[in-house]
Amino acid sequence: MPPMMLLLLLQGPPLVVSPTGPYTSIGAAVTAAPPGAIIMVRAGRYREPTVTVDRPLTLQGQPGAILDGEGRRALLIVHADHVTVRGLEFTNTGTAYTEDRAALRVADAKDCHIVGNRFDATFFAIYLAAAEDCVVADNVIAGRPGREAATGNGVHLWSSRNIVVRGNRISGHRDGIYLEFTRHADVRDNVSEGNVRYGMHFMYSDSSAYTGNTFRANGSGVAVMYTRAVDMTGNNFISNRGAAAYGLLLKEIQDARLFANTFRGNTVGLLADGADRALVTSNRFEDNGWALRLLGSTVSAQFTGNTFRRNSFDVAVNGNGTSATFSGNWWDGYHGWDLDHDGVGDVPYHPVRLFSLLVERAEPVLLLQRSLFVKMLDAAERALPVLTPAGVSDSHPLMRAPDRGSR
Amino acid sequence: MTVALRLVRPALREAVRGRWLIGLAAALALAGDLLIRFGGGGDTTLVSLLDVALIVTPLAALVVGTMQVHNAREVTELLLAQPVTRGNLFAGLYLGTALPLAAALTIGLLAPFVWHGLLIGPLGLRLLALGGVTALLTLVGTALAFAIALRVDDRVRALGIALALWLGAAVLWDGVVLLLALLFGERAIEVPLLVALALNPLDLARVLLLLGTDAAALFGYTGAVVQHTMGTAAGHAALITALALWLALPLCFAAKTFNKKDF
Repeated sequence: MPPMMLLLLLQGPPLVVSPTGPYTSIGAAVTAAPPGAIIMVRAGRYREPTVTVDRPLTLQGQPGAILDGEGRRALLIVHADHVTVRGLEFTNTGTAYTEDRAALRVADAKDCHIVGNRFDATFFAIYLAAAEDCVVADNVIAGRPGREAATGNGVHLWSSRNIVVRGNRISGHRDGIYLEFTRHADVRDNVSEGNVRYGMHFMYSDSSAYTGNTFRANGSGVAVMYTRAVDMTGNNFISNRGAAAYGLLLKEIQDARLFANTFRGNTVGLLADGADRALVTSNRFEDNGWALRLLGSTVSAQFTGNTFRRNSFDVAVNGNGTSATFSGNWWDGYHGWDLDHDGVGDVPYHPVRLFSLLVERAEPVLLLQRSLFVKMLDAAERALPVLTPAGVSDSHPLMRAPDRGSR
Repeated sequence: MTVALRLVRPALREAVRGRWLIGLAAALALAGDLLIRFGGGGDTTLVSLLDVALIVTPLAALVVGTMQVHNAREVTELLLAQPVTRGNLFAGLYLGTALPLAAALTIGLLAPFVWHGLLIGPLGLRLLALGGVTALLTLVGTALAFAIALRVDDRVRALGIALALWLGAAVLWDGVVLLLALLFGERAIEVPLLVALALNPLDLARVLLLLGTDAAALFGYTGAVVQHTMGTAAGHAALITALALWLALPLCFAAKTFNKKDF
């Protein structure tokens, strides 16, 4: 409360918008507001032309304050620095095929705060273009999932700097969170689920990090592409299933760091297509069809201290193997021994099974999974290592799962 | 039909008196109990038991069915002299063999889950599916055994054929299918593969059970045909129908043989 009092002292009394006045539309209040003013929006459904904020101010919505686009228009455009939008509900922008129609657009602005708003049935929900030092936090964004072309993105960052996206819940959009040409973005503690395409789509956004997010049951998972030095820590990639679905796709990225993420129940947990020098450490891969698929284009990736549990296949590689190195991971398929009790198995583990190579050649063969014949193939493979495809091996497989203690 | 049922009752009593069915159920229950105790009672346990169901069930059904036809030969001849129709006698003989065996296997598999309280929970539905498929596989295996044993009078040869059939269905068939699939891997092999699997009741049962386990995530990866077959209720119904056909056809064949057989 004290900061609010301070603002009141500095900026005079708030301008009040309500269906009965003094201002009956947000647009009128914005036009009348001095720079730095607070506009208080009372409960009510406001149907008015697209509001453009062209001066620093705070839009504070009270519960039930709804800005309704009647299926025809964008709702709010922020075109000034130091703008805060809080507690408003945006709804019903309709679908636009010729423009990126957004409920709330921030263009060429610094220091904006978009906090605790609701977005319901919007095309694009929050759209930041050339924005700097902004915070998008604690918004609830629920799209109406339709065809891929008929929905926009939940949070869309384009060519922006120093953006924090935190604690939002996003569903039913094309991409839950979309970053393109954005530097120093910090995406944290969001939940993105049930989006048509990606839970998050990350392109050309160097030196960014995302932490503690949960991406669940999106069309094809999370894609991180054409980017340098991304940190991915403590995220959950869960239940992304389908012919082309994966928990996380790394495509043409350099020096990514994946630490302590969980991949559970995906058709493919992590798909690496050109993830050069990626460091994949202490992650958990559980109940996936494939825990890892490494395409030949991935150079010098390192996998250390990860846990592989109950995956149908641990690792699949295409072509002539991969230059990725594995060391000190825990594999539930490891049957080796540890005579000197140093916690590290004495024989290497080969995570690529013969059957998984056969599946690479003819996918429908998957239907023979868990048949007695395939089991015998596995047993023969263990007895006669000659059968095991060389190339990928963990020279220091752990005897105890590193995550055992923490659970 | 009442005559057939009256013939089932002494067979049941004999099965219980024979104790070895109880022994089989107890062995399965013990294996299940150990798996739950040391495997955590989750998906892993279920998948291990799935193997037991798919390997032990048809083997037991084939062996027991073949033996039973030959063991009951004298009784059958005696009863044929009585005013009992051959159809009734066959039904009584088959049900008297298949039902106690199906009950023993199903109860043996599911009992440990009951006393560990896992039947009500996330696994429940899949456990019931496991039980149902086990029972159905027992009926199929016994029907095949009857078809063999009624045709082949030599006890050892009949048993040999039954075991060969099991080996073929459980192992060799999949090996041949895998080999062919890889040879023709460049072409669209989904439909032929599905047909090939439908020709083997064990594969049908396995695919049906796999839909509820870890491999479900995998099936997402295979092509549209497989997804349409596996992913829909109609696909499940088709798999169950195919399995039912595997019960009906050998049973018809065995009944026909029995009707015409000169004992």
